[in-house]
Amino acid sequence: MTTLTDQIALADTRGVARRQGPSRGGDAVFRGAAYASALLVLLVLAGILGSILYGGWPAFREFGFGFLTSSAWNIGTEQYGALVAVIGTLASALLALVIGVPISLGIAIYLTQLCPGWARKPVGMTIELLAAVPSIIYGMWGLFIFAPLFARFVQVPVSNLVEGMPLVGTLFYARVPSGVGILTAGIILAIMIVPFVASIARDMLDQIPTILRESAYGIGCTTWEVVRHVLVPQASVSIIGAIMLGLGRALGETMAVTFVIGNANRLSASIFDPGSTIASRIANEFNEADGMQLNALMALGCILFVITFIVLIVARLLTRRAKVA
Amino acid sequence: MDAANTLAAPPAGTVPPKRASRVRASRRTADRSLRIACTLATLLGAIVLGSILLMLIVEGLKGLSPTLLTQPTPGPGSEGGGIANAILGSLVMTFIGILIATPIGVMAGTYLAEYGRGSKLADVIRFLNDILLSAPSILIGLFVYTLMVRPMGTYSGWAGAVALAIIATPVIVRTTEDMMRLVPGTLREAGAALGAPASIVIRSVTWRAASAGIVTGIILALARIAGETAPLLFTALNNNSWFNANLMGGVANLPVMIYQFALSPYPNWQQLAWAGALLITVTILALSVIARVVIKPQRAR
Repeated sequence: MTTLTDQIALADTRGVARRQGPSRGGDAVFRGAAYASALLVLLVLAGILGSILYGGWPAFREFGFGFLTSSAWNIGTEQYGALVAVIGTLASALLALVIGVPISLGIAIYLTQLCPGWARKPVGMTIELLAAVPSIIYGMWGLFIFAPLFARFVQVPVSNLVEGMPLVGTLFYARVPSGVGILTAGIILAIMIVPFVASIARDMLDQIPTILRESAYGIGCTTWEVVRHVLVPQASVSIIGAIMLGLGRALGETMAVTFVIGNANRLSASIFDPGSTIASRIANEFNEADGMQLNALMALGCILFVITFIVLIVARLLTRRAKVA
Repeated sequence: MDAANTLAAPPAGTVPPKRASRVRASRRTADRSLRIACTLATLLGAIVLGSILLMLIVEGLKGLSPTLLTQPTPGPGSEGGGIANAILGSLVMTFIGILIATPIGVMAGTYLAEYGRGSKLADVIRFLNDILLSAPSILIGLFVYTLMVRPMGTYSGWAGAVALAIIATPVIVRTTEDMMRLVPGTLREAGAALGAPASIVIRSVTWRAASAGIVTGIILALARIAGETAPLLFTALNNNSWFNANLMGGVANLPVMIYQFALSPYPNWQQLAWAGALLITVTILALSVIARVVIKPQRAR
C-alpha cells in the first residue's frame, strides 16, 4: 500500500511536474519548504550544542579537567568547579527514579490490567494531566505545601531517630530540618516523571498481544504471575527506555528543583541537606553573572547537555516511537 | 474478568500437589499485594493532582482582586496592583511563539511523513526531533541567550518568543507526522489518479484528513509553552511597567512573574503569584483537556 502510494503520489513528483507545466514551480517550492523546515530541526540542535560549547569554552580552558572535580564556587576569587552541582543533579535524579519508577509501573499495570473499563479513560487522563501542570507549579506546591509537611512528619522524627548512628546517621540527619533539600527535590521530581513513565509503560503494555495474556490466564496464572512472567519480560526493553526518558527529564528539570533544593553550595553526605543541581544553579545565578562566572555556568550547561543527551539517546533507541505528549 | 481468574484455583499441573495449598496461599498473597500496590500508586497520583489543584484554588482565590486583570504589577513592598502586564506579555510571546512554530513544525512533519519516507536523512531528523522534544528547556534558554540576547545587548520579548517557538516546534512536528501517517494511502492514490501533483495531494487530501490531529498537536504545544519558565528567565526576563508593545526590551510574563513574586518576601507579591499560578494552571489544564477530549484526535490506539 505504502510503496504504491509513494511511487504514485510522491517519489515520481518530477515526472508529474514535467507533464504539468504550471504546477511545477509550486510543487518544488512546497517540497523545498518541507525539506528546509526539517533541516531546521537539525540546525537548532547543532546550534544548542555549538552556542553552549562556545560560551563554556573559556571556563574549560581556564580550569581544565579540574572543573569537573572541584567543588569550589567562589565568585570573589573566580574559582569555579562543577562537582557540587553535578553530584546534586545525579543524586536528585536517581532518588526520583528510585521513588518514581515503582509508582509509575504500578499505575501502568493498574491502568492496563486492573482498572475497570469505564474508569480507564478518566483515570488515565488524571495521570496525563499531571504531566501538563507547569513545573513552576510543582515548585510552589513543593515549597509551600509539601516541604513543611515533610519537615514536620519525616525529617524531624527521622533525624531524631538516626542521630549519632554510623552511616544512617550521616545519610539521614538534617542539621536544619527545613523541609528543603536533595531528597525533597527527588520526591518532587519523582512526581513529575511519573506521568511520563506511566503513560509510556502503559502504551507498551497495551501493545502486547492479548493472546499472550489470555493464554497465561488460561493455564491458571494470577494477575501477579501474568505481570511478572509475561508482561514485564515482553515489555522490559521499552520500559527501561521509558525509565531513561524519565531520567532525562529529571536531570534537566529546572524550576521545580530551584524551588525545593535549597540552593546550597556545599557538598553534604546527608540527603536531607540542601544542595544544588546544574539547572538550579544556572537558573539562580545566570542573570547576575558576568565574565568567568557566566562562562562557568555555560560550562555547567555543557555538562548537562552531554549527560541528558546521552540518556535521551539511549532512551529513544530503546523506546523507538513511544508517544510523548 | 481478571478478578474471576485470580480466585479460580490453580490447576494441579502447575504446582506439585503436595505443597499445593501453601503455594496457593502465597500466590494469592503476591497477587493481592500487587493489586493493592498498583491501586495505591494510582490513588497517589490522583491525590497529588487533587492537592495541587486544591492549593491553587485556596491560595489563588484569596489573591483575586478587582484590579488583578486591569493593573500592572506593583513595585516591591507596595500594595494593590495586578498582573495585567504579565498576562498580556505571556499571551503575546506565546502567540508569536506558536505563530513561528506552526508552519515550521507542520512542514517538517509533512516532510517526515510524505517526502522523507525511507530516507536516511528523515530517520536522523525524526530521531533528533524526538531528542529535542525532551531536551531540558533551560538549555534552549541558554541557546537563545547566546543567539539573540547577547548580540542585541538586551533581554527582549522577541528572544522569549523564539525560545518558546523552539520548544513548541518538536511537539508539532511529532503530532503532524503521526497524524499524517494515519491517513490511508488509498486517499493519496485517489488524488494522484486525478492528476494532482504531490503538493496538492498533500495540501487538499492529507492535511485535510489529518487536520483535527494537527490542530490537537498545536494546542498541546500551546499548553506546553504557556507554562515554560526556565527559557524565559534568560530571554524575556521581566518588566514591572505596563506593557508598551515594545518587544525589544524585557517583557513581563506570567511564569517569571510567579517565580520572582512567589519567592519574594512581600505578602502582596506572593498573593499575586498565587493568583497568577491559578490562572496559568487552569488555562493549561483546560487546553490539554480540549486537545485530548473535545477535538478527539484520531489516535490509532
